[in-house]
Amino acid sequence: MADDFPLSSGSVGVVAPLSARFDTPLTLRSGAVLPGFELMYETYGALNGARSNAVLVCPALSGHHHAAGVHADAPNNIGWWDNLIGPGKPLDTSKFFVVSINNLGGCHGSSGPVSANPDTGRPWGADFPIVTVEDWMAAQALLADRLGVESWAAIIGGSLGGMQAMAWAIHLPARVRHAIVIASAPKLTAQNIAFNEVARQAIITDPEFHGGHFYEHDTLPRRGLRLARMLGHITYQSDDLMAEKFGRRLREGGRKFSFEVEFEVESYLRYQGDKFAASFDANTYLLATRALDYFDPAGDAGGDLAAAFAPATADFLLVSFSTDWRFAPARSREIVDALMRNRRNVSYAEIESSAGHDSFLLDDPHYHAVLRAYFDNITV
Amino acid sequence: MSTLDIRIDHDVIASWVAEGARVLDLGCGDGELLRYLKDRRGVSGYGVEIDVDRVIAGMKNGINVLQIDLEEGLYDFEDQSFDLVIISNALQTLHRTEKLLCEMLRVGREAVVSFPNFAYWKHRVAIMDGHMPVSDRLPFQWYDTPNVRFFTVADFEALCDKLGISVRERLVLDDAGKPVTEEHNFLGSFALYRLG
Repeated sequence: MADDFPLSSGSVGVVAPLSARFDTPLTLRSGAVLPGFELMYETYGALNGARSNAVLVCPALSGHHHAAGVHADAPNNIGWWDNLIGPGKPLDTSKFFVVSINNLGGCHGSSGPVSANPDTGRPWGADFPIVTVEDWMAAQALLADRLGVESWAAIIGGSLGGMQAMAWAIHLPARVRHAIVIASAPKLTAQNIAFNEVARQAIITDPEFHGGHFYEHDTLPRRGLRLARMLGHITYQSDDLMAEKFGRRLREGGRKFSFEVEFEVESYLRYQGDKFAASFDANTYLLATRALDYFDPAGDAGGDLAAAFAPATADFLLVSFSTDWRFAPARSREIVDALMRNRRNVSYAEIESSAGHDSFLLDDPHYHAVLRAYFDNITV
Repeated sequence: MSTLDIRIDHDVIASWVAEGARVLDLGCGDGELLRYLKDRRGVSGYGVEIDVDRVIAGMKNGINVLQIDLEEGLYDFEDQSFDLVIISNALQTLHRTEKLLCEMLRVGREAVVSFPNFAYWKHRVAIMDGHMPVSDRLPFQWYDTPNVRFFTVADFEALCDKLGISVRERLVLDDAGKPVTEEHNFLGSFALYRLG
């Protein structure tokens, strides 16, 4: 009953995370073999009789399975893409069966550094193998098999999530009919890898990190994770947005001639950093940034992005945001270009937004109208 | 353009497009033309549009739309990768006219250009009366027009000549949408060219 939960009519309401256990070994790109693994996921809407209306939502760097609605025990913890997914929303759950996933190596229930290494019974920590975007795709494909989804009506993701959608389109073309790639890139630039490296170094050099085995020392590399997140936050926003939000406002009174929190923006960054450090695993952050660094389909195809996309048969939608300087519009245009060379159906929207990379999480009216128009035309 | 004009424009262009051709439609608006060519002639291709609301309308029309600023040129598009590149009633809204015309024939084997003729006699009368023309085909006041280039049938042909672009076919229409057979620059209010 709609009255049972406090959310608006456009919400999927109360949802419960599900878990799938896979006991067959999974060989990763690195050559490492995971003996078995667990994936956390959520679903919204219902799979139709023809099993043709399933949409996979792939998470970005710090994302997880809770994309829409709320959990019964945490009514304020609204899913990270709740503005997009629900009945009557652009990704309409009265039409689509939406599956949102917590990837391998994650820290919200899927097998990852926090979970127990079956060989030792202790948390994997730094011993959890390096996972790539393609490994995530392979694990997601096993979940699709389990759910009876032979081909996804669409796979959608922003940023690192967009890379997963691309990987599916390239490596499992028969299993995806539409790929929706938002605020993403065909590979990271050197500058992007550099940012990731600074974030990783902040974590690795934290004295509480203990080579990734901090769980056994009953401690957390909070300072490192906090710095990594602060750095991320700066780069995911635009200069204009930060100016608009904080300007040079001081917290109270004038300058104190100290290194305490004086500017509003400092207070904001520290708050975001602390919040993140309390809820996210440092080893997962290392793994996810490495997965970003490694993704390079053109590199796997002799440097030619068009050749990399040659096997893809899906229709594509690319969306970029004008002020996103970490995954700039020009990077999306490279993907569009490669797809055109393969004569694929592709549409591209470059949304005017002041919010930088994080725009893909917000409900900008043009952005959502683009997604709505595109999803409305997907036949199931 | 009136509904009648849009239909004639689309019909003429459809008659110039081979079945199943690969088409690039520059300034595609809401994608009506590409949709029409897809339905009637089984073409495939892309519309290019800068305005986000029209990009959304194009997606609703079920065509491939790319939100790209044509003033940047067509550098993304490979040489001779389309059978036909169309710019229907939009060339007059762009600054880099010469560059775009050359680019259209770099990217496509043929090009179609349609535009309002500023030398149409009723427009001349308006100027004689001391005002910029406002009509069905030029439905804008001088201070809010999207048009940045004001040219005529004669001017366009002179430019094609200068750029070494040959005119394969030409259709000039009057105010009522009827083909004009003589004095094109005086009696025609809208012109369509097939170039290549």
